[in-house]
Formats: sequence, structure tokens, C-alpha cells
Amino acid sequence: MNSYTNEQIADLVRPDRVHHAVYSDPALFALEMKRIFGRAWLALGHESQIATPGAFFTTHMAAEPVIVVRDLEGEIRVLVNRCTHRGPLVCHEARGETRQFVCPYHGWTFDPTGQLRFVPMESSYASSLCGREDLALAHVPRVASYRGFIFASLAAEGESLVDFLGPVASSYDDIVDRAPAGEVEVAGGMFRHAYNGNWKLVLENHIDTVHPAFVHQSSVHAAREQPDAESGDASTGGSRAGATSFADIQIRQMRQNGAPPAVWERLGIFAGPNGHGYMGDYHSDDRLVVAMANPVFAEYRAALSARVGAERATQILSTHRFNTIVYPNCSFMSQFRQYRIVQPIAVDRTIVNTFSFRLKGAPEAMFRDTVAFANIVNGTASEVLTDDLEVYERAQQGLSSGLVDWVYLGRGLGGDVPDSPGLRRGGMGTSELPMRNQFEAWSRYMTAEDATATNRATPRMAPSASTLNKPL
Amino acid sequence: MMMADRDTLTTLEQFLYHEAWLLDTDRFDEWLALYTEDCRYWVPLEHGQIDGENTCSVIHDDRQLLEIRVRQWRHPRAHARVPLPRTVRQVGNVMLLADAGDTLSVRSTLMVTEFRADRQRLFGARVEHQLCRTGQGLRIRQKRVDLVNAEGPHDGITIVF
Ligand code: FES
Ligand SMILES: [Fe+2]
Repeated sequence: MNSYTNEQIADLVRPDRVHHAVYSDPALFALEMKRIFGRAWLALGHESQIATPGAFFTTHMAAEPVIVVRDLEGEIRVLVNRCTHRGPLVCHEARGETRQFVCPYHGWTFDPTGQLRFVPMESSYASSLCGREDLALAHVPRVASYRGFIFASLAAEGESLVDFLGPVASSYDDIVDRAPAGEVEVAGGMFRHAYNGNWKLVLENHIDTVHPAFVHQSSVHAAREQPDAESGDASTGGSRAGATSFADIQIRQMRQNGAPPAVWERLGIFAGPNGHGYMGDYHSDDRLVVAMANPVFAEYRAALSARVGAERATQILSTHRFNTIVYPNCSFMSQFRQYRIVQPIAVDRTIVNTFSFRLKGAPEAMFRDTVAFANIVNGTASEVLTDDLEVYERAQQGLSSGLVDWVYLGRGLGGDVPDSPGLRRGGMGTSELPMRNQFEAWSRYMTAEDATATNRATPRMAPSASTLNKPL
Repeated sequence: MMMADRDTLTTLEQFLYHEAWLLDTDRFDEWLALYTEDCRYWVPLEHGQIDGENTCSVIHDDRQLLEIRVRQWRHPRAHARVPLPRTVRQVGNVMLLADAGDTLSVRSTLMVTEFRADRQRLFGARVEHQLCRTGQGLRIRQKRVDLVNAEGPHDGITIVF
């Protein structure tokens, strides 16, 4: 493992290339966890996952185990999942509902705000421990939501969530505005896909418009060869116009990956602040669900129009946004309601937790298409996703070689055009602008000086001489 | 559970072993031929999952998706199957749950050892087959495979069970 000066780190990222060490050096990974994951707003989930008082789920922010919980007053809190007595996780369930977290070791009991409420055999201490601020579960310093999506930051200071998101907040607007009732909820289960590769590979791939024709060639071929069931309608790329077969949307999506180069070159590829970006103008609803030819979609559109007016409904449904990257830990598809949270495990190991959303107020049957779509884009045995995962692993193996230094990211370099405030657009839809943009952010995070003690979870028990000497 | 006579049980066991052997030896056309036109091949994502339409599944294939899956495997650029996975399946604890004449419901357990690209993985599952008796012998209308680690993280899965 190397250690790096800031000058050396800055030198790893050049305008058209990055050094392979950014993917393969464990020392840089350890620094990334501090300087990127320790500073940025991290996507944690959605408020609907903890709809009721006492509802919680557990997750990680970088390597830090946290509990995201709605306290009994309804406030969302992000607690560090570590007993303040001698350290175990106080909660070992993925999700649930509780009025208290009881440590398995000696039974210290914390309420959903983190306060210590009960200590077995407390009389052996000189004075009561319950209610002591320094023995409450630590809080992650900053928690905020944007339109129901929960974020937290391990840094006590920094820009607001809205400023952090900048123009890509509009992708969150897209997902929520599509709901006739104005709200979405997590439903349909969570895929967890894992690969032996660096966390950055997935964020680059989700906005890489050149790869589908090559990585997904086999599933494009297999889906194209499949005879259309009953009255085929090739114009929509699908099997039966208006059909509601569970398979249809999957077959369409597989075929769509084989779109001709001109389609990819026309896409809007947008880069925003902090490494964020999105892919626009990709799928229309015609391509995936045959739009108005599908009675369920027609019913949905009517419900949306009834709620927001026909003109606004048209405006909402004409946003064709595919993947949005919220750097460093989130990639989501607003138009098709897929949310992916990236969890780095090691320099060469990553787990991606993926969720689907139900549009409240939309016909029930519409959610079936979301589930079927999730199976093909995020499913751990999907004919599409497994080839992506395979390529990440092969990339990692190649990038671990010390014999070749650079990764070349020059596609479309110099062709970017300024777009609406805060956004640049790739000169062509296959530009590697999103990767260059991610590395600009990487470089800025990684070369900024470490904040001092503020850059951590609120330390309830500061290790100062006075507290260390005081008997508990 | 119902008491099955020895002959019926032997037939069912041999059928399940045969299906496993076809998969272990990459005879995918013969394997597909065991499935009915209206079949469902299902690997739920959640423990105790009730349906495959409102909750995601590791695999939830009808006949056309199964055909696409097998066709994809054969493509020279099916990257995640180069090199090919090698598998061996162990079918056990075969029990007849119900016999309605035309259709049978059979429960079993399954262990699949997979080796690919220098890595070995082990999958364990409870399996339920809905079979029908046809002129050509037994055919599979539905197969449900409940992996013990369905809810865990998975590296890409490019086999069926
Ligand atoms: S370590 Fe948690 S109660 Fe003792
Ligand atoms: Fe892909």
C-alpha cells in the first residue's frame, strides 16, 4: 500500500485519463472512504421504508453501520449502530419496527432517538447512566430528505442537500411527479447484487452509452430471435401491442440495448456538480410499455391528468430520463422507478442494493411492469445484468495490473456544451463526459484537506482527559 | 404429505434426477422440452414470497423467457458464461405432496455446486415441482426454487437450479 500526498493524488486524474490505481490501490480506497464517503451526502433510502413510528432499517455509510429510524415523534434519525457500553451492534435486523434497541451483550436499552433508557443492574454504578447524553447512541451529524428520499452526511459541515444535488434534483422530481397521488413508495423487494470490482465501475457503467451494444450483445440477440407471441408489433420493439404479459417489458428492454449507434449518439448526456449526471431522451414510454396502446398505461395517464391537468401530465410524461448518478453512492432510473444504492466493501468488492417504487394513485397492474423491469435490469440472474457484473470483474482484474498506467477517457473530450445552469451536455450521446465529470469531483474531494474532529459522527463521549479519567 | 407407492416415488425420483442430469451436462434443449408451453420457472427473491408479479424474483420466467435465457447462454459473447459454469446437482428428500391424477405436486431439496473462473459456489434450496402426466410422460408446469440465501447478496447467477 502506498501513501499519497495531495499532489500525487491530483496527478492521478488528467483531463483525458485516470491512473489505474484509483480502481485498485487499497490505500486510495481507504482515503476515499474518509474523503468522499465521509463528506458527501449519501443516499440511504426512502421515507416509505420507515412509514410508522419506531420503523427502522439498517445500512452502512461507507463502512459505518447505521440505523435509519423514525422516532416515536415521527422524526427521522440516523443513529450509529454501536452500543456505547462496549461496542456491539445494537440492531442486527435488516428492517423492522421497535420501541427500543436492546444490546445483546449486557442489555443496555436505547429508545429510537438513541437515548439510553435502561441499564440492567444499574445500581452498581455510582450514579444513574440513563439519560446521559454521552452514553446515548451517536447520531450521524446531518440528515435530510429530498421529496421523500433520505440522505445523510458523516460531515458536520458542508453544503445543503439541495445545493449538493443541484440540477439532478430534477430526476427526483421526475420520479415523484409521475405519481398521480404525488407520492411514491418502496415496494417489490430488494435485489442485492455483488461483484469483485471497485465501486466506481458501476457508476461509470450506468451512464456509459457505448457498452450496451457490446456487453449485452448476447441478450440483444436472444431477445430479437424470440418470435413475437400472437400479433407481433415490431414497431414498438415488443411482442404484442397492448399486451400485459409479464415478459413483454423484459423482452423490449433486452432488444432496446441493441439500438443502432445513431440512437445512442443522439442521447442527452448531462454532467452536473459534485460528479452527478444523467442520461436523458432515452426511452419513451412507447418503447417499453407501448404507451397508450396499453390500457393500463392509458388508465394511468388519465389518473395523472385528472390530478394535475392534461397539460402538466403531458409535460411530466415527456421527461425521458434513464439513469441518474448521484455521486458517490446512488444510481437511479426515475422514469422506470429503480433506485440503486452502491455500497463499497473493499477496493475490489461492491454490493449494490436496488429498490423499486410504486407510484401512488397509479393502477395496481402498472406495478407489475415495474417488477418485471426490475428483474431484467437489476435481477441477480438477469441475462442483462450478469454480463455487466462480469465486465466489472474483468475490468478490475485488468486494472490491478501494474504494467499499464492509464485508463483512457477521451471520448468526446472538448465537445461539451454548456446547458441549463449547472449542467454541461456531451457533444454526442456517447461522450465519456460523465466519467470525466465523476473524476473531477473525485479529485476535488480527495485533495481537500481533512477536516478535524468535526468530520465524524457526533461523538457523544469525547475522549478528552477529563472524561477518560472520570469513573462511569 | 401423502403416502406414495414405491413405483410412483421411483418414477418421480428418476424424473428429478434426469432433469438435474440434463442441466449438469448442458443438454438445455432436452431440459426445455421437459417444460410445458404454459410453464413457470420461479426462483423467488424473498422468503415465503407469495407471487412473482408484485414482488421481484431472482428468476421468474415463462416459456419465452426460458427460451431466451437458453439462447443467450449459447451466444459466443455471453460474457458471464465464458468460461462455462460447471455444475453438479444433488436432489434429495423427494416427497409426493399431492396426486390429482393429471397433476402431481412434488417437494425435494437441492444442492448445486458450481465452478466457474476459479471460483466454487454452493447453492442450497427447497424445490417444489408441479408436474403433469402427458402422453410423452411427465412434464413440468411449474418449478419453484427457494434458495436458502435468496435474500442475501449474490454475485451474478448464470445458471438455473
Ligand atoms: S456492550 Fe452493549 S450492553 Fe454491554
Ligand atoms: Fe449494461
